[in-house]
Amino acid sequence: MSITIELPHVGESVVEGTIGKWLKQPGDEVKRYEPLVEIITDKVTMEVPSPVEGSVIKLLAEEGETLPMGAAIAEVATAESPEGVEPEAAAIKVEVTTPEESNSPGTTGYLLRDVTPVGPTGGAAVELAEPTGSNADTGQARPTAVVQPPAPPAQTVQTTPRSGQTRLSPAVRRLAQEHSIDISRIQGSGLGGRVTRDDVLRYLESGPALTPPSSTAPTRDLEGSTSVDGQETHISVSPVRRMIAEAMVRSVTEIPHAWSTVEVDVSGLVALRSSVRTEYEKNQGGSLTYLPFVIKAVVEALKEFPTMNATWGGDKIILKNRVNLGLAVAAPEGLIVPVIHNADQFSIAGLAAGANDLAERARTKKLTLDDVQGGTFTLNNTGALGSYVSGPIINYPQAGILTTETIQKRAMVIDDAIAIRSMMNLCLSFDHRINDGAEASGFLTAVKNKLQAFGPGTSIY
Amino acid sequence: MTQSTALKVKGSILAVKSVIEAVREAITEEMSRDSKVFVMGEDVGVRGGVFLATQGLSEEFGNNRIIDAPLAEASIMGIALGAAFRGMRPIPEVQFSDFVWPSINQLIGEAARTCYGTNGAVQVPMVIRMPYGGGIRGGLFHSQNVETHFFHTPGLKVIAPGTPYDAKGLLKSAIRDNNPVVFLEHKKTYRLVRGEVPEEEYTLPIGKADIKRLGSSVTVVSYGLTLHYCLEAAEELAGEGIDVEVVDLRTLTPLDTETIIQSVKKTGKLAVVHEDNITGGVGAEIAALAADQAFEYLDGPVVRICGPDVPTMPFAQTLEDAYMPTADKIAAGLRNLAVY
Repeated sequence: MSITIELPHVGESVVEGTIGKWLKQPGDEVKRYEPLVEIITDKVTMEVPSPVEGSVIKLLAEEGETLPMGAAIAEVATAESPEGVEPEAAAIKVEVTTPEESNSPGTTGYLLRDVTPVGPTGGAAVELAEPTGSNADTGQARPTAVVQPPAPPAQTVQTTPRSGQTRLSPAVRRLAQEHSIDISRIQGSGLGGRVTRDDVLRYLESGPALTPPSSTAPTRDLEGSTSVDGQETHISVSPVRRMIAEAMVRSVTEIPHAWSTVEVDVSGLVALRSSVRTEYEKNQGGSLTYLPFVIKAVVEALKEFPTMNATWGGDKIILKNRVNLGLAVAAPEGLIVPVIHNADQFSIAGLAAGANDLAERARTKKLTLDDVQGGTFTLNNTGALGSYVSGPIINYPQAGILTTETIQKRAMVIDDAIAIRSMMNLCLSFDHRINDGAEASGFLTAVKNKLQAFGPGTSIY
Repeated sequence: MTQSTALKVKGSILAVKSVIEAVREAITEEMSRDSKVFVMGEDVGVRGGVFLATQGLSEEFGNNRIIDAPLAEASIMGIALGAAFRGMRPIPEVQFSDFVWPSINQLIGEAARTCYGTNGAVQVPMVIRMPYGGGIRGGLFHSQNVETHFFHTPGLKVIAPGTPYDAKGLLKSAIRDNNPVVFLEHKKTYRLVRGEVPEEEYTLPIGKADIKRLGSSVTVVSYGLTLHYCLEAAEELAGEGIDVEVVDLRTLTPLDTETIIQSVKKTGKLAVVHEDNITGGVGAEIAALAADQAFEYLDGPVVRICGPDVPTMPFAQTLEDAYMPTADKIAAGLRNLAVY
């Protein structure tokens, strides 16, 4: 018979060890407890004794090799079985009781082996006048119940697989609901193919495209929602947050972003809006912001620079014939980008109505799927949040994204004189695979010129 | 958070002690600190206690403070109760927890209810020390687990430490507490469990569990002797990739629900291990708490690995071995739960 020697567990935080030196070679006889191999860990270097007497058959690890604790390192032929363990699973136990280890994570006493219990009934370690204690024979009640044979050892887990996979644990149900997952798409690794909590967490981590591992080994290392040491609070990610995260990662990793910023004199626009605002809000309802004017300018510029209204197609550039302008809106659960379809076919007043409608429905969660699909370019009014300059991430797979920044009065030099003008920055991120700086600047300048061309007298209808 | 109470004693001078030494030190220190503290019990004086918990104390403090009592638990408890009513801080010792039953009226009927019944006017600052538990070939009348009866009784605090450090720190806190505290010392841990104890003064909070081993796969909750078997099982399972978190209750009442629930939420799987009978035990209460407060986090059945429902500890070696939870039985239960 032969047994496999495993790299022993030597302490709480030690997870691997390096084979320092083999003290026995194949063919060597080894006595029980005779040092077999020298193991180096980050805490200690030690000799590992053989748990059995026998002869070394083969070494399974080379000197210098680093292995996880529990890894098989040698095979030893033996006639005996190691103490307290089944031959198949023989692992040497090395007691390491350095103070650091027995202190972590809580102060733990350790159990002495082969010590005779003491006390009146325990044995010889304490000399007693009466070996069974003074109370044992004082006539206390004898048992009236018959002592029954004890029940079998408490093995309270069902080991038979449950039939079917429809039974979900409360933890799995909760996770499925929180993340809107169809559990039937997850392969279970639990008993009888049950989908376990860790299966779900792994599925969420790896993304739906990946097939979860089919290993039946128990899973580990996945965090719950609370950190153990109390130093961190872990918030479970909402489906919206997860989608945003995935979209952002995809955009940033796939699209080579380039950035450009221009400064726009919107004094004329400010004057225009002031002049028509009251009338518009009275007759049309809803507010008249700067947004529809910017949309108008962007949409017209996109018509002039069709490669900004496009998608990278690998071996081709795909121009979008329609201009569907996405508007980034801060909704309760996070960013959402509803789309004004065929935005080039609306007047400024029409765009105002459309934008107001989308923003309102985004906030009240009444957007339809159509409302958020098919965008070809995105506009983000970061200025509304007080931003002065931004570096936005492109709404994948579009060719660019434009932000409108805070409008503020600045001292500008015009014809060698200082004038106070209402100024606004436009920040563009663009896919450098599709456009170079020349096109991007041309596009930005076109938007700029159209915005600067607005003034009292421009019709919004 | 209750983990790593060890951190609090970092930098202290540590000495390795046994549980019985820790208990003796705690009594000695508290008796030196407070003249109201006294010990009464069978053989506690000249004999020093059958487990030697009070060895040398009658020489140090005299027969008026280390009082040998007749074999009459009802009297011991009743006298202690009366002394506590009058402002003393008695430590009655029940030589074996198996002998506590004659004094149940004094303990559960009176001590537990007095403070509540008098609207707080009468407090009962007493600590009832009881060696308990089996696995020592003690048979029917020297091995009983009695904790469930006190665990069920509001008005009592119940402490069941498993290590010398916890035993000393909690016994000192118990003596200073103004409520009746049942202090359960597992006989088999007395000399079998050794651990570091700081030389200097310290106490531990009553009602705080301690995470003795961090893990992520399964939570196992235990106390007393079986805590150590749980730690052994956890070590064994670590080699199989099962990462067991071991929560030591230390105090049964008040129960540290927060630590238990937090751990269950982390691992999603809970096992409770105790030597006391399975039905209606501490494990049953913890299982109910998990169902109540962590239902949506449970990813497997709550498992109890406990003593079976037999009337008392069998005397025959084979039967006692069959009764006792062991590291192997615990590992088997946890293994099943981990792969569930």
